[in-house]
Amino acid sequence: MKAFGFNLQKTRTFFIDTRTEPDRTLSRKVPSFRQCMFCGSCAGTCSANSHTPFNILRYNLLFRHGMQEEIADALDACMLCGKCSIVCPRGVNTRAMIMEMRNELQATNDHA
Amino acid sequence: MDAQLSNQPMDVLIIGGGPAGLEAAGRLAQAGFHVQLLEKEALPGGKLNQWDKLFPDFHDAKEVKEELLRKLPQDRVSVHCGTEVRQLRREDGLWTAETADGQHLQASAMLLTTGFEPFDAKRKEEYGYRIYPNVITSVELEQMIGEGNIRTTEGKVPQSIAYIQCVGSRDEKVGNHYCSVNCCICAVKQSIEAKQLLPEVRQYCFYMDLRMTGQHFEERYRESQEKHHVNFIRGRVSETALSQDGRIQIKAEDTLLSRPVKMEVDLLVLMVGMEASPSTKQFAQELGIADPYGFYLSADRESADNATAHPGLFVAGSGKRPLSIPKTLKDADAAAWEIAAYLNNRTTK
Amino acid sequence: MSSTYHPFVIPFCAGALLLFAILIGKCILWLHRMSRTQKKQCLKRLISLKTIAAFWECLRECLFHRNIFKRNFVLGYMHLSFALGWFLLIVVGKAEASCYSHTFWEDPWMAIFFRYFEDGNTNYFMPQLFTFVMDLLLAWILSGILLAWCKRLYSRLLGMRKTTRHTWYDRLGMISLWCIFPCRLLAESVTASVRHNGGWLTQTLGDALAFLPSEQLQLPLWWLYSSVLCIFFLCLPFTRYMHIFAEVLLVFLRKWGVTEEETLTGYTQVETNACSRCGICIDVCPLNTAANIQNVQSVYFIRDSRQGVLSEEVANNCLLCNRCVEACPVGIQTTLIRQIRRGEQKQAGNGKAYYTYLPQALPQEKRPKVVYFAGCMSHLTGGVIQSMLRIFEKAGEDYLFLDQDKNLCCGRPLRQQGYTEQADQMRNALEKLINGSGASLLVTSCPICYHAFKQEYRLDMPVMHHTEYLRQCLAQHKITVTADATRYAYHDPCELGRGERIYQEPREVLAAIGILCTVSEEKADALCCGHSLGNTALNSAQKNLIRDEAMRTLCADHPDVLATACPLCKKAFTCGQAEKVAVKDIAEIIAEHLN
Repeated sequence: MKAFGFNLQKTRTFFIDTRTEPDRTLSRKVPSFRQCMFCGSCAGTCSANSHTPFNILRYNLLFRHGMQEEIADALDACMLCGKCSIVCPRGVNTRAMIMEMRNELQATNDHA
Repeated sequence: MDAQLSNQPMDVLIIGGGPAGLEAAGRLAQAGFHVQLLEKEALPGGKLNQWDKLFPDFHDAKEVKEELLRKLPQDRVSVHCGTEVRQLRREDGLWTAETADGQHLQASAMLLTTGFEPFDAKRKEEYGYRIYPNVITSVELEQMIGEGNIRTTEGKVPQSIAYIQCVGSRDEKVGNHYCSVNCCICAVKQSIEAKQLLPEVRQYCFYMDLRMTGQHFEERYRESQEKHHVNFIRGRVSETALSQDGRIQIKAEDTLLSRPVKMEVDLLVLMVGMEASPSTKQFAQELGIADPYGFYLSADRESADNATAHPGLFVAGSGKRPLSIPKTLKDADAAAWEIAAYLNNRTTK
Repeated sequence: MSSTYHPFVIPFCAGALLLFAILIGKCILWLHRMSRTQKKQCLKRLISLKTIAAFWECLRECLFHRNIFKRNFVLGYMHLSFALGWFLLIVVGKAEASCYSHTFWEDPWMAIFFRYFEDGNTNYFMPQLFTFVMDLLLAWILSGILLAWCKRLYSRLLGMRKTTRHTWYDRLGMISLWCIFPCRLLAESVTASVRHNGGWLTQTLGDALAFLPSEQLQLPLWWLYSSVLCIFFLCLPFTRYMHIFAEVLLVFLRKWGVTEEETLTGYTQVETNACSRCGICIDVCPLNTAANIQNVQSVYFIRDSRQGVLSEEVANNCLLCNRCVEACPVGIQTTLIRQIRRGEQKQAGNGKAYYTYLPQALPQEKRPKVVYFAGCMSHLTGGVIQSMLRIFEKAGEDYLFLDQDKNLCCGRPLRQQGYTEQADQMRNALEKLINGSGASLLVTSCPICYHAFKQEYRLDMPVMHHTEYLRQCLAQHKITVTADATRYAYHDPCELGRGERIYQEPREVLAAIGILCTVSEEKADALCCGHSLGNTALNSAQKNLIRDEAMRTLCADHPDVLATACPLCKKAFTCGQAEKVAVKDIAEIIAEHLN
């Protein structure tokens, strides 16, 4: 939309000024969720990541920033094989995190 | 040098003849103290012997070592190589070192400069060290650089080299939460040297964070990118495998692109972190001055970083925490000052 | 003959009637809730030798508690005195009452309150013997109760480090049970002091209590005894004492061949109710012994599931190492029930295809003799894979490395977490690939995959874990090795040992190339490495505590090499610093010793 000579199109910027509920819940139930330093070890070793958009560290970030709706159902691609938790240098309990993310998304969907 | 070991009580006994030990010995002797230095290896110099050039200015490690030895006043310092210390204890107000061949050496003050040891890369089995050919550590690459001959196990010229950062550092799986500080810049240094030796080589450096914390480190990093075309990929390698044609296959995530990356290289260099050396671990534990990783714990990081919980016992160098060579030397200087003050204080009383 | 009725029998009768009504109701409900296959299985075996075997096992386990005896003599004695003592007290009491009444059909409460109703008539078979035996039985039970009190106060007295903590109604049931026999003793003794009809115990005590107004005390004490019985009967179906009856049912169902299924069935409920909460599982649980976690063990998990208050934390915090299953005197499949309960907590699958990215067919038109499936974790322990490939070459095997591209999973980790539908899809995909290979043998390096292949897959070929394969190769001289004097301590991985009972093969392989050290807790008693995929609740520090305990136990005899046969255990031990010991997989050790 162009009016008054400038663009009113929505920007891609996102704001981080409040903590979202899913972020809070995840931090409480899987405290190690907060340990992630986004090194990519988990995604690098992940079979689902080689074939689908499933990406643990990205999901971790999206959840922190309250953008969990972008995850959609790609979470289902996880095989829970556990390699991610074996390679994680920060000891993130990745499988618990994924299962809890599934719960959270389900809860949001049920609520909507 | 290498005179008979003296059983007469000395002013200072230094355990460990690496850069920290040599530097402190020189400073203390210059100040007029009598120093006996014990080194378990056949040669003094410690890790300087394993290194060719030092970052960031490519100073020759051998020259640094020679300079340290040259500065030792012969009349007040005796360096005893091949002397392994079995136990340390305090006896009648004197620090005593019991050597492997049963001698008891005594001094008013003791300085521990037993240093670090490179992380044993076999513990990170997913990187394939000693499982696949052509997976080497930064220590081994340094040796190749020193010989001016970077070759694969098969004796070929490598077309591509990958560096993996943080092997054994910042990794709770091996129990090391800390950053080893020196590996980032070391990989930059080595990649520049490798490119100078092998102008055709393609190089990739996988990192989590690049910590260019010292003066001129960032400049070297820029140089490696601009002049030497080293590719820096932001992602920690999670596993390696052997490809059909015997090259090293790397699997990682390019975290900036959010996409998995796979590549095959001729040489994989593991930038091994720094751990407390076995002697450091042993003495730190026996004397009750060990931090959670087995390094020496100083009395106070700000005000007494070379003193320990025990009077007359001092620590310096990378036995305390990962340090670069310049910082190790400065730390040894500081230790010499602290020891001199301690000894002078004793005599005036 | 005097009257054989007094109102004080009413609480007992009412309680007993209600109890049996509830028991029958529950029993019907459980049987009804069993799946069609389970019911068929029961009908098929109902009239067979299995039923007789079940009777025998009931006698052995429900009355004599042989399994508890095997593990802990004092605890076994305690359970024996309760179960067999009370059982005999009822049977002998019934015989006594019947002899006295000269009919089998005397009033049903006669056997219980006999001392009150007998009128000094001794015109029946050996009354003195009956009195003597009844007192003896009572004394025996009381000795058991004394032990139970001590166990509550100080569990170590009975050789248990930890005893179960109970809920309030469990406590009510427990206290009423403890009161039954002291009440009976008092009632009978006071009656004996009035009527002089007691035996060696009750008469002696009665005489000692003669200073009391026995005449007035008699009735209130019999009322008390009857009421305590009533309270216990009413508590029983809702407390752990339900196990007395559920265990009998379980023994029969199990003998008939009923097993747990993927989802919750009536059989699961029978198993759940058959837990006596003896607490034996607490002491064998590595989470308790090494990581000091005491609220998640099988006994609490079963209790919480039964009461419908199972939290995710309790359900998820289990290594599924099966040590408790080995130790359970009732033989409850606690880990299978855990998987079922975890499934209940997950949202039901919606029939979607989850893993469409898996390869649909083998990449090449190769028809290998052997298919090698390394398993996900083995890709993180490259030494295992490299060694196996070398051994295949050496043995001249025509093999295919199926998961070289690292994109296949056996599906067991999903199943362990209760994602049954997903696990089935994964299994179907992999099954198709493996069967499609036309190979005549499947070899895997991962005990988790091995367990899945054995238990869940329908494969056209035999499956071997690499330890079995290596032993076969050595036996058939496909490979030859040179032995030396290296000393090995072997760690039994949970899924390979307790899961599939592969204990001998790895030991034979190691014995062929070196010396086996003694390990105090091995085979079925082996400790878990702590890094099991079955658990999603532990943090790294807790996992490491469990690992360190296992390492210390394994290295007590100072081996040169800690040998294992599981990539996950190997990964755990390699990172551990509790012991300075080389950690190697059996395949690596063999590869090093190949001629």
